[in-house]
Amino acid sequence: MPPETSIGTAAATTGATTRDDARDLESGLDALQTDRTLGPRTWSDRLRWSVLPPMLAVLVLVALWQLVVWSGVRPSYTLASPQDVWTTLRSLFADHTALTAIATSVERGVIGFVVAVLIATPLAVLISRVRLLRASVGPLITGLQVLPSVAWVPAAILWFGVSDATMYFVILLGAVPSIINGLLSGVDQVPPLFRRVGTVLGAGRWQMVRHVILPAAMPGYVAGLRQGWAFSWRSLMAAELIVVGGRLGFGLGALLDQGRQLSDTSVVIAAILLILVVGIAVELLFFAPLERRILRSRGLAADTTR
Amino acid sequence: MSVDREVSVDSASERRTAPAVRLSGVGKRFTTDGAPVLDGIDLAIAPGEFVCLLGASGCGKSTLLSIMAGPEPATSGSVDVGREGAALMFQEPALFPWLTAGANIELALRLRGVPASGRRARAGELLDLVRLGGAGDKRVHELSGGMRQRVALARSLAQERPVLLMDEPFAALDAITRDLLHDELERIWRETGRTIVFVTHNVREAVRLGERVLLMSSRPGRIVREWRVDTSGQRRIGAPEVAALADEITNDLRTEIRRHAA
Repeated sequence: MPPETSIGTAAATTGATTRDDARDLESGLDALQTDRTLGPRTWSDRLRWSVLPPMLAVLVLVALWQLVVWSGVRPSYTLASPQDVWTTLRSLFADHTALTAIATSVERGVIGFVVAVLIATPLAVLISRVRLLRASVGPLITGLQVLPSVAWVPAAILWFGVSDATMYFVILLGAVPSIINGLLSGVDQVPPLFRRVGTVLGAGRWQMVRHVILPAAMPGYVAGLRQGWAFSWRSLMAAELIVVGGRLGFGLGALLDQGRQLSDTSVVIAAILLILVVGIAVELLFFAPLERRILRSRGLAADTTR
Repeated sequence: MSVDREVSVDSASERRTAPAVRLSGVGKRFTTDGAPVLDGIDLAIAPGEFVCLLGASGCGKSTLLSIMAGPEPATSGSVDVGREGAALMFQEPALFPWLTAGANIELALRLRGVPASGRRARAGELLDLVRLGGAGDKRVHELSGGMRQRVALARSLAQERPVLLMDEPFAALDAITRDLLHDELERIWRETGRTIVFVTHNVREAVRLGERVLLMSSRPGRIVREWRVDTSGQRRIGAPEVAALADEITNDLRTEIRRHAA
């Protein structure tokens, strides 16, 4: 083995040189075996791979929509054309209806989601640590996750009337189980070796949760948060669609319902588009960067090789 | 913590004579009526001694190490690793990927109760000791296998225990990196005066590192023979003295393994 021979000859010389040699060899190995850090992606790269393809897909969809309108399978008063919807959107924005509705819904969605996170996180930690709780409540939570939270709307109306409380109740029942399940599956996937290291280093029960288990479960937790937001937003739209009137703020769901009542398909489609765009915007502006940051810092993202 | 240290300074002379690790009649069964994994292990390790535990896979050497480390109780016999206990290093670096190299060491200091003000500086010293002074801000995934294992070594040194237990820590590394880490470990052992118990199945590694090499039998695990290694000269892994002793031990190990052939 040539490498071992060369180390052997180094050993034959004086101690000082050996030590320097070892240090050089070591830093050489370190340099060779370490990743060269990848530079940030260029703007043209980003444009080519992250911006253009989805825009192209949207264009194709709009074109298909236009083709269906032209084919005349539906009369124009039940299927509005892209042109009609565009005009409606502009007028909705012009008289501030759109912005008010977006603001109302986003406010409800965000408040509901934040409260859901505050409730779900400590609950999930508790459930993951107490075996009896895990065995008894765990399946129930998975069950709740399967139940569409719209199913709670009638009950919520009976209990809370036509009020914001009804909306928040439905959001919570939609989001809390997802977030709990996300954190639980994150905790389940913590490598046992990490817990062993924690024990060896002398971590107590609470320190183990705080310094080992929670950080290790972070990717699962963020996935749960992401799904929790999706459930919050969906549940809220369903609730807003059903719970309208009174002194309630006018949200996107209410706008959708208004379009239906007036048999104005361009308003209906415009409202659907707004709901979709808000959902995508929150995903792109908040959850995607959060997840990417966490995965990248752990070397788990696709563009880090190790 | 500081009180402990003062006491140990007072009894320094006593310490030199008292062993750092003493096992007497240690046995281990995983099931009450099953075959013993370890049987009648008697072992005394002097403070500052470097002992290699050698044996075939499955001879119970890792179990013995876990018993010394604490989490695994022995079925019989007594185990004494001193009041301060032992630090343990695994075959995998097992660094926390959400922390930088430096923060991994700082966490070990924190869990030991070192106040926040002193942690950063101490972690830096430990990184310097394993010659990774510049890598403190690197994430775990940015480090090579050898660098990770050196960070893991620094982390176990951060526990400031007089005894360091190492469970095949270099088994997953390539030959050149392993040779270097042997040099590093020997240097750190001399600089820190730690008592080291090093488990391996690599005979040359055992002869290269240990002052004393203990050969374990399998099923049940017993200490069947021991060799003293002359540590005064250079002990490169290719040196003829190392090779000769390694051959002798390998023969014994083979004989031991052959017993299980039938």
